[in-house]
Amino acid sequence: MAKLSREDVLKLAQLARLDLSDAEVKEYSQELSEILQYVEQLGEVDVSGLKPTNQVTGLENVTREDEIKDYGYKTEDLLKNLPATKDGQIKVKRMLG
Amino acid sequence: MSQWLPIADIAAKVQSGDLKASDLVEQSLKTIEAKKDFDSIIVTTADRARERAKLIDKNPKGRLAGVPFIAKDNFLVFGADTTAASNILRGFEAPYQATAIEKLEAEGAICVAKANLDAFAHGGSTENSDFFTTKNPHDTTRVPGGSSGGSAAAVVLDLAPFALGTDTGGSIRQPASFSGCVGYKPTYGLVSRSGVVAMASSTDVIGPLTRTVEDTALVLDVMAGKDGLDSTMIDRQSDYTELKDDLKGKMIGLIKEYMSEGLDADIKKATEGSVEKLKKAGAEIVEISLPSIPMALAVYYVLCPAEVSSNLSRYDGQRYGYTQKDAKDLEASYKGSRGHGFGKEAKRRIMIGTYVLSSGYYDAYYKQAQTVRTKLINEFKDAFKKVDFLAGPVTPTTAFKIGANVNNPLQMYMSDIMTVAVNLAGVPAISLPAGEIKGLPVGLQLIAPQKADRELLALSKRAEELLA
Repeated sequence: MAKLSREDVLKLAQLARLDLSDAEVKEYSQELSEILQYVEQLGEVDVSGLKPTNQVTGLENVTREDEIKDYGYKTEDLLKNLPATKDGQIKVKRMLG
Repeated sequence: MSQWLPIADIAAKVQSGDLKASDLVEQSLKTIEAKKDFDSIIVTTADRARERAKLIDKNPKGRLAGVPFIAKDNFLVFGADTTAASNILRGFEAPYQATAIEKLEAEGAICVAKANLDAFAHGGSTENSDFFTTKNPHDTTRVPGGSSGGSAAAVVLDLAPFALGTDTGGSIRQPASFSGCVGYKPTYGLVSRSGVVAMASSTDVIGPLTRTVEDTALVLDVMAGKDGLDSTMIDRQSDYTELKDDLKGKMIGLIKEYMSEGLDADIKKATEGSVEKLKKAGAEIVEISLPSIPMALAVYYVLCPAEVSSNLSRYDGQRYGYTQKDAKDLEASYKGSRGHGFGKEAKRRIMIGTYVLSSGYYDAYYKQAQTVRTKLINEFKDAFKKVDFLAGPVTPTTAFKIGANVNNPLQMYMSDIMTVAVNLAGVPAISLPAGEIKGLPVGLQLIAPQKADRELLALSKRAEELLA
């Protein structure tokens, strides 16, 4: 039975890049444990001889020509939602200290 | 009675000059204003709608000429922000439009407003909207269903002739049942999802919410078909407005598992009553068992959060949406932007998804869920060897009270229990209005094999006449 501790929740939050408040950590530890316990019933299903389904309509390897198509988008329009830009590029915070 | 004519009639009258697109847009905007207390709408696209109406009135063409509609706010649309009802996307201006919107506009339809939803379509009540909760048109103390709750309420409140929704685990059918309109979930891949905020890509579909099956068929017919921008698409199979099939001799299987435990006694009775009407009109009704259906919700609540955690990784505070400005470095900016930008349910799903996909747990949760999914799909295939269609309730209860499930996420997930199996199998399904229980609407769910959308709509057209 999955029971997520405070440390487990903090580890998940780190993997998922989420800052959580102390209250959230406490709340999620309880709620996520309950949800995981519910889905654990899947472990009891006999699936011998069956393969996992990744695509429901039977498509495989859908490809297209590697060519440029002009949809008429302007660079300015595509960049207008960016929090910060410089010379038409995405500006981010320092990566290395 | 609705103030709107059937969609095809509106378009014909706009084409002939008997109706003006500009008047229809004003009529819709006026109704939106008059019914604003239901909180079904996040924002109108009034300015752009009026401009488009003027252009259409000069040259009234198209199968949807001058027809106003409302899009769920997870569709990229010009003329207003696209937020998916989330704080993290507040202020996001679509740089391009969703294919579905483009196709509707090409036939003369006019988007007038964006409808409320559970943020990122995570939920079954609109209570997970980061903005506000939509009220059920029949009882303002109850939810309209979700996640397309704003769209369903908008149709029932008569704000526009039709609305668009998305259905990942029941998000079109469940609010259609709770609010009292037609809600259609097409075969997976029939309508392009380009330009729609992704939730769980292996089950996400787009569909219409309307007053009648004919309206749904017309809107679907305009939206269906490949656009080269969604690689999961299938070919169109037919003219989806051709609905004259005979009901006589059609085999319909009533799903045994949906009719047993946990089902509200009144809903059971209503469903049996609806099916009995189909039987009297010549359909053959049998009981049919899909033994893995009770596992569908557990499968869904592994796969959906897994896909959500992947799809929502793009909201990193760097490319669009909320960004935490005072972060000391990139890592802190990611965590701060996501931690503060996402609402509770989005974070819950991201963490569940991260857990089930992490090494050490992947096989036990994710792979096992994908394999149980195969078992369920095989049972659907076997069932459709015996019957033409499946039938059952849409939801285990009618619309619940606002606040009843907000502190219990697992209980909230249970409202999807009769809709998720359809998404996992990629088959088409509809929720049809089938009367009321104590003043609240109840839907009948009809399900067809993959790619049999036309046949399902034809059956639904007959069922609609019989259930009216």
